[in-house]
Amino acid sequence: MPVIETNNLTKRFGPLVAVDHVSFSVEEGEIFGFLGPNGAGKTTTINMLTTLLNPSEGSAKVGGFDAEKQDDKVREIVGLVPQDITVDDDLTGMENMMLQAKLYHVPTKIAKERIKEVLNLVGLTDAANRRVETYSGGMRKLLELAEGLIHYPKVLFLDEPTLGLDVQTRVVVWDYIKKLREERGITMFLTTHYMEEADLLCDRIAIIDHGKIVALDTPQNLKDSLGGDIIELEFDKSPSDNTKTLSSLPQVRDVKKIGDVYRIKVSKGEEALPKIMEKVLKMNLRISKVSLVKPTLDQVYLEYTGRSLRETQGETGEIWRRMMTLRRIRG
Amino acid sequence: MIEETIALTKREVKKWMKNPFLLFMMLVQPVIWLGLFGKALNLTGFISVPPELQDQFEKMIRQTFSGTTDYFTYMAAGMLSVIVLFTAMFTGMSVVWDRRFGFLNKLLVAPIPRGSIVLAKVSSSVIRSMFQVLLVFGIAFAFGLQVGNAFGILDFFGILVALFLLSLGLSSMFLAITIRIKSHETVIAVANLLNLPLMFASNALFPIKQMPQWLQTIAKFNPISYAADAVRSFILHSSTGFDAAKVAADFQFLIGFALIFSLAGILIARTGLRKG
Repeated sequence: MPVIETNNLTKRFGPLVAVDHVSFSVEEGEIFGFLGPNGAGKTTTINMLTTLLNPSEGSAKVGGFDAEKQDDKVREIVGLVPQDITVDDDLTGMENMMLQAKLYHVPTKIAKERIKEVLNLVGLTDAANRRVETYSGGMRKLLELAEGLIHYPKVLFLDEPTLGLDVQTRVVVWDYIKKLREERGITMFLTTHYMEEADLLCDRIAIIDHGKIVALDTPQNLKDSLGGDIIELEFDKSPSDNTKTLSSLPQVRDVKKIGDVYRIKVSKGEEALPKIMEKVLKMNLRISKVSLVKPTLDQVYLEYTGRSLRETQGETGEIWRRMMTLRRIRG
Repeated sequence: MIEETIALTKREVKKWMKNPFLLFMMLVQPVIWLGLFGKALNLTGFISVPPELQDQFEKMIRQTFSGTTDYFTYMAAGMLSVIVLFTAMFTGMSVVWDRRFGFLNKLLVAPIPRGSIVLAKVSSSVIRSMFQVLLVFGIAFAFGLQVGNAFGILDFFGILVALFLLSLGLSSMFLAITIRIKSHETVIAVANLLNLPLMFASNALFPIKQMPQWLQTIAKFNPISYAADAVRSFILHSSTGFDAAKVAADFQFLIGFALIFSLAGILIARTGLRKG
């Protein structure tokens, strides 16, 4: 049974359709990525799934409960790591965690053990009794992540979890997300702007634009949908045109000769390359240069969402909050 | 419901307890008001009165100023109510902060009754008010507050109860007004719009009798007048004069105000947290 299931989920803000008849489902233990430009409807979708907003049309089920009508039930099993940094600067890390535990009805005794465990997981044990005011931006984000886990949620929503973080912290966050899935089997719903992040973490990715899902598949299939990997070959002193020979090789989809360079579109480039090399060498052709170019998710993303810059339409407070979040992270 | 409310109230109280600057500012404001304003006015010193008329003059002053010739004492009693008003206003501000920083969303995602979010705001505001009242009362005492000769511990409790009721009603009212507001600028504008009229159209700083008729009418519906009046009666409790009937009437109004405004305010604020 899917953990998250939406059926024509729609949200309108006046004339603006922020989320437009979106249907998808997320299986248990899956890391599901939601990609899209600013204002595409990512956060609005999360807000509906986490009971912050009611859908204008359609429905969403989380853990088998209707997010609109059984919001109390959904809140019990859902954890949210919001885009904003919402940990309280005036309290210590420990106090923030204790407050969160209270909000999720975790008994104090159990809470203390869990906080220890969770803080250890994100590496904040030493800073636990310091005021959050003294934390770096990365530490705040990690504390935010730790808070989302205090009640052992069934589904964890991560809204741009690495926004504005430095590379080191980003890697820590990625490791953490992977560990959570491996050790706890938590289902995760993640939005991000970073393609390498989605590629690395997600089992499946949905690309959303103008409120609609324009593509949904595994990262590999999405990349393959661009037509596969490209092998570029250059021969040493070969006057004849080898296009035909190359085209007949297995896994090859298309060959183009541009100057002296052959651009060969193949599926599964890593496997195709040795086979092609072998065949070519048997034909007594000498290769002077070879390279394998794999399509990136960036290319997939641009393919589906286009290259034009977006004007974000959102709540006035949203942009301010985003700025504040970045400022607080960069400290 | 109760557990969550306590946890959230604790957060609010911790927030300002840990902020020494805020604590300092909490003291500075009333000290400035009491020191500069309260001490600058000397009721019996404005005009020199021939000695034979001195008694008559003082009697007239006492009649107008609720039985004291010391403006500082008159005003300090009113100041306690004004401080409750200022603190209640901050409740509204803190909701907007929580909304803007996303903290409110964190609470809304949590499986807690929406009412506990609202109740925690009101109760932390009341706690803070009471704390400030105690401090300012101490400061006023140090500055030479002249309590009546029959002033006792019961009067002191009476003061706290009156101000508690005022705080409950005002905090709920401000919360209901600000719960849907998204920007600080708007809250500050709204707060200023309400604060000054509430402060001046009352007997907190000047006796109502001196005011033009229309202002008197407003002041008569202003809960601050009733709280200030009750507090003043307790502070000036002397063996010769304590108008129990008047104090009872003050309390009647204050209890009504606190009940209606806290119930309505909390209900409105809870609706304000509904999903969009």
